[in-house]
Formats: sequence, structure tokens, C-alpha cells
Amino acid sequence: MNEAGRLEAYDEHETDGEKDYEERQHEEKEYEEKEHDGQEPYDGPGEGKDDKTADDGPGGPGDGTPPTTPSPDPDRPPLIPLPRASVEDGGRPLPTPADLGDPAPRPAPLVLEHRVLKALLGAWALAACSPEETAAVEEHLGDCGACADEALRLREAVGLLHQPESLDLDPALRTRVLEGCLERRPPRIPVPGWAAPYDAETARLDALLQDFGDAEWHAPVRLKWFEADKETSRRTTVAGVIAHLLMVDGLVGIGLGLDDPMGDVTADRPTPAARTEAYWRTSHFPPTRSVRAPWREQSHDLVRTVSFTGGTAGRLAISYGDFELPLHDAMLDRAFECWVHAEDIAEAVDYPYTPPSPHHLHDMIDLAARMLPTALAVRRRTGLASPGPGRHLVPAGSPGRSLRLEIEGLGGGEWLIPLDSPAALGSADFEVAHVALDGAEFGRLAAGHVSPTEAAAGQVGDREAIRDVLFAAASLSRM
Amino acid sequence: MAKKDAPPRWDRRMQQRLARGEAAALGELYDRFASLVHGLAHTVLGDERAADGITRDVFAHVWEHPDAYDPKQGPLRSWVATLTHRLAVQRLRATETAALAQAGRGTTEELERRVRHASVAARADYIVQSMPVPLRAALELAYFQRRDYRQTAVDLGVTEDEARRRLRLGLQLLSTAHDAGAAAPGAPPGYGGAV
Repeated sequence: MNEAGRLEAYDEHETDGEKDYEERQHEEKEYEEKEHDGQEPYDGPGEGKDDKTADDGPGGPGDGTPPTTPSPDPDRPPLIPLPRASVEDGGRPLPTPADLGDPAPRPAPLVLEHRVLKALLGAWALAACSPEETAAVEEHLGDCGACADEALRLREAVGLLHQPESLDLDPALRTRVLEGCLERRPPRIPVPGWAAPYDAETARLDALLQDFGDAEWHAPVRLKWFEADKETSRRTTVAGVIAHLLMVDGLVGIGLGLDDPMGDVTADRPTPAARTEAYWRTSHFPPTRSVRAPWREQSHDLVRTVSFTGGTAGRLAISYGDFELPLHDAMLDRAFECWVHAEDIAEAVDYPYTPPSPHHLHDMIDLAARMLPTALAVRRRTGLASPGPGRHLVPAGSPGRSLRLEIEGLGGGEWLIPLDSPAALGSADFEVAHVALDGAEFGRLAAGHVSPTEAAAGQVGDREAIRDVLFAAASLSRM
Repeated sequence: MAKKDAPPRWDRRMQQRLARGEAAALGELYDRFASLVHGLAHTVLGDERAADGITRDVFAHVWEHPDAYDPKQGPLRSWVATLTHRLAVQRLRATETAALAQAGRGTTEELERRVRHASVAARADYIVQSMPVPLRAALELAYFQRRDYRQTAVDLGVTEDEARRRLRLGLQLLSTAHDAGAAAPGAPPGYGGAV
């Protein structure tokens, strides 16, 4: 409670400007440098004319000084198209110089130097000048071929601007494109099958983050999980969720010998929650969009590293502080968490998000199903589940009392969960209960996002066994 | 943004990893360039499915021929954009030619005009995406938000001189989209690393 309160207060610090400002300064600097060694290649042939007009004093608005430039030939055709608005109205001809003498429809042209007028051409082409300046530029274009050429060019360039269409790439396209490539040229160093769900889920989440503005990055998110059979939650922001993923994925990185993204920050314990809390606590500002790049870089590094070491290191133990998972299961676990938190984020910003591809979803469910017997044992040991009257211990490796877990939908399947000991084998002959759930619903149950008593599950058989398995599934969740 | 200024080191390393047949590198390549490739293809072809097809072809080409890219010739990003442009324009010309032959309406000149138009539009989109952020920000304010250059200067926190300069320079960069002319179809300008 205390902790949550602190984070809420801390969230008020919307000082993300800091980083963005730095980024902008950096970009501006680069831009300046580019400018200076880029010697403005676009001035064109008009450049030499600067000297001619350099001595002309700038005329003030309405000071009555007549134009110092010679009058254009009245018979000369207009050199430039009209400003954009007029062109859209239907191509009226450029006013003749005689019209310019008429003060009523047009303001009196300012008298400006060639240099000043030339500098205005961009703004003029975009119809972003004052009426006086527009008139002065257009007057000048009648006289100055170089400026007229550039004016035409810039006006045409304006026609190329349009509102960018925001096209969301279909995440399934990535899988199709990559598979197509790998069929044409089989990889010498493939991504191991057990790392493919992580690769796909991190890419999907990254695509979701693509167009997020500050409002989305700071949208509140409530992380939810089950602890000791109770719903628990923790408030953070979208950026805070990405920081959480960065910290927990980092456990796999540490196991593989990659740098710990925590850097100098130290956590009380090397658990997912402690690492996340330590990172949140010690960052000077609430996490901003700047966490995206390190998170994405780490996820790419993980996929790359396991591709090289995967064949031999699939059984390498990854420590989560309180427990360990073999590397291949840890990568599945991280894929699952990535999906779960992507859904949290999508919900927070009201975007749609779909479940993983059936094949990947199946692998994630399989991991959860394999973890259930141990989770059941932990519940018995901690007194959350009483050893029921039907409990029947069998020798390790023998078939034991089992629950049939049926997952419906694409990516589903059936698993026989041994109920009385992780050492027993699931067996259809000793089936005492049958639970049926949709795949995504099971995912939400195992993520602690729906309560075991509310999960939409079809149930037949031993009620105690069913209750235990559903609560054990929820207990797989953590921050 | 940081991605756009990625050092050539990333490009070289990526090429080496692709050449070595590392599937993870292909995924990273896709993650970095898919939206660029798909966007350009969509601008040229105006069709989602066709743009998907070009995306598939571009990545297949890079994956199968990683050595075709020469880091000395410029950034990988420009090379990928040029390749996308070439394949998309080829596809557009092929479908338009087929349509012309089938319907018997329209002329080759019209076809060429459409192809040229699509081609310029795609280069323009690329230039806008790749131009220095301060220039793009100025153009966005003046064009999309209809701010005059004085308001643009205030919004950006720069002098009026600087706002005028950015608008002009931005349009000058953009105008190079027209410069392809009859240049070799293999190398449409506008995808240079300088932009």
C-alpha cells in the first residue's frame, strides 16, 4: 500500500521533457553541423545576385519608398504558379504588374532586398508569409529569374507534402516474410524453436509501441497477479511496464553472460519484483519512452545469443531468485509475460491486441501445464491446499491421479496433470476431473488476470482437484 | 530517430551477420526497415496486398544476396529504400501494362506519367521521413497546422530568420524528389545518404 502510494506520487512528476529536450538539442546540433559543412548546395544560380541588391536598404512597411528594382516588362508571362490556395481555387492568372498598382485588393509591396526575399521563398511557397511579404515576393519574382525558378521548384515541392498515412503493419506479416526468406535460403544459425515465441512477441509489442506519444507512454497501468491466493496489484505506467520487462528479461541475459540492464542499481534480491521495484525507485524520473530502445536492444541480443548457444545451452538454468527455469522454458516464460503485459498496455491505451499465434500459444500453455504439478506441491506445502482425502501417492515415474486440462481453440490441446506429486505421471486411467478453457482465458488465469473462481471453465469431476489446479494456475503469476 | 543516425558500423555488422546466415539478424533487419519498405511500396502501388508482396521480395532479396550491398556506397537504409523503389515501380509498370493490354484503353504516355508520379511521391515520402527533424518539424507546422512562419518560429523557439531558413531548406530537399528524370532505373536518386 505504502509502496503503491509512493509510486503514485512519483508518477505526478511528468518531467519527461528532460530527455526529450536533450534529444532535441542533440538533433539540432547535428543538424547545425550538417548545415555548416553542407555549404547550402541549393542556392542555385541566383546566388551571385546578392551583390547587386546588397546595398539596397530595407524598406519599412508603408514607408512609401517606391520599389528600387526596375519595373518588369508588362508583356512578360508569369514565371510562377500562384500560391497554393489560389491554385486550388482554379488557376487564376498571376496579377499583371498593372494590378499591383491598385492598392485596394493587395497591400502595398514592401521593399525588401533580394537576399531577404530569397530567404522568404520557402515560407512564401507554403503560404506562410504576411500579405505584404507575399506581395513583395511576387513582385520580385517578376524581375528575378533565379528566384522565380526556385519559387516554382519549391511550390511544386509543396504539392508533394501530404498527411502521412499511419499504416499499422500486420504483425503476422513479419512471420510470413521471415518464413519465406528462410525457405529460400535456410539459415546456418537458426533461431531455436523455443526462442521463436519470444522473438515474435517482442516484435509485436514493439510494433504496438511504435506510434505512442507521451500521453500513451504515461498512461496508467495496473499490473495484476496472485499472491497466496489473493489478487495483488501494483500501479505503474506504460513506460514502467517496459522497464519491468527490461529488468526481468535481464535475468535471462545475466544467465547468458550479457550485461545486466540494472547497471549500478542494486536490488535487495535477484527476483523479478525486487529488480523492478529497485529500478523504478532509483530512476530520477518516472520511466519514459527512453526505456523502449534498451528493452528492444536487449530482446534482440537475447534472441541472437540463444541462436548461437541454444543447441548446447537449452538446459542452462536461469535463476529468478526464488526458483530456476531451464533456458528454453525461461524464454517461453518471457514470451508469455511479454504477451500478458502487451495486453495490459493495449488495454490501458485502448488499442486492440490479439493472442499469440496458435503455435506459440500452444508452447506457452504447455509450459504452464508442465509447471502445474510443482505449483500444486508448493500449495500443499504452504498449507494453501489440504492434502485431500483422495490423495494417493505413487512411486516416482508411475501413473497417478490426474486432471485432464483441455484447452480449446487454435493452439489448444489436452494435458493430463498429475495431482498428487510432481514425480507422478499424468494418466488417463486415473483421471478424476476434467477442466475445459479457452486458450486466451487460460493465459489470463495463469497471468493472474482473472480469478480462479471466475475463470470461464467447464468443469466435470472432483471439485477439490479442479479448485486446486485452477488456484495453482493462478499462483504461476507474479509481478 | 536515433535509428536514422545509426552508425555505418551497424550496417556493416548487419551485412556480415546476414552473410553468415544468422536468422536472428534477418529478424532485426525486418524490425528496423519493415515499416519503411512497406510504406514506400504502398505509396507507389496504393495497395496493401501488393505492398505486402514487395516487402516479402525486398527482404528475400537482401537475405539471399547480402553481398549486393556495399557499405562504401552509403547507408543500408538508403540501399533498402532504393531496392524497394525499384521493385515497386517494376511491379506497378507490369500491372499497369497488363491492365492497358487487357482494357485497351489509355496510352503508354499516360502509363508512364502514372509511374513517374508514383515514383516521385515515394521519393518525396522518403525524403520527408529522412530529413533532419528540425526541418520536418517546421514543414509540419507551416503546412499541416497552417501556421505562418512567425508562429512557426514561436512554436519551435527559434528566430524568424531560422524559421524561414528551415522552411526553404526543407522544401529544397523535398524538391529533389523530382530529380530522378530519366535516370537509370536501377538507381533512382532521392535515396542518398545525405538526405
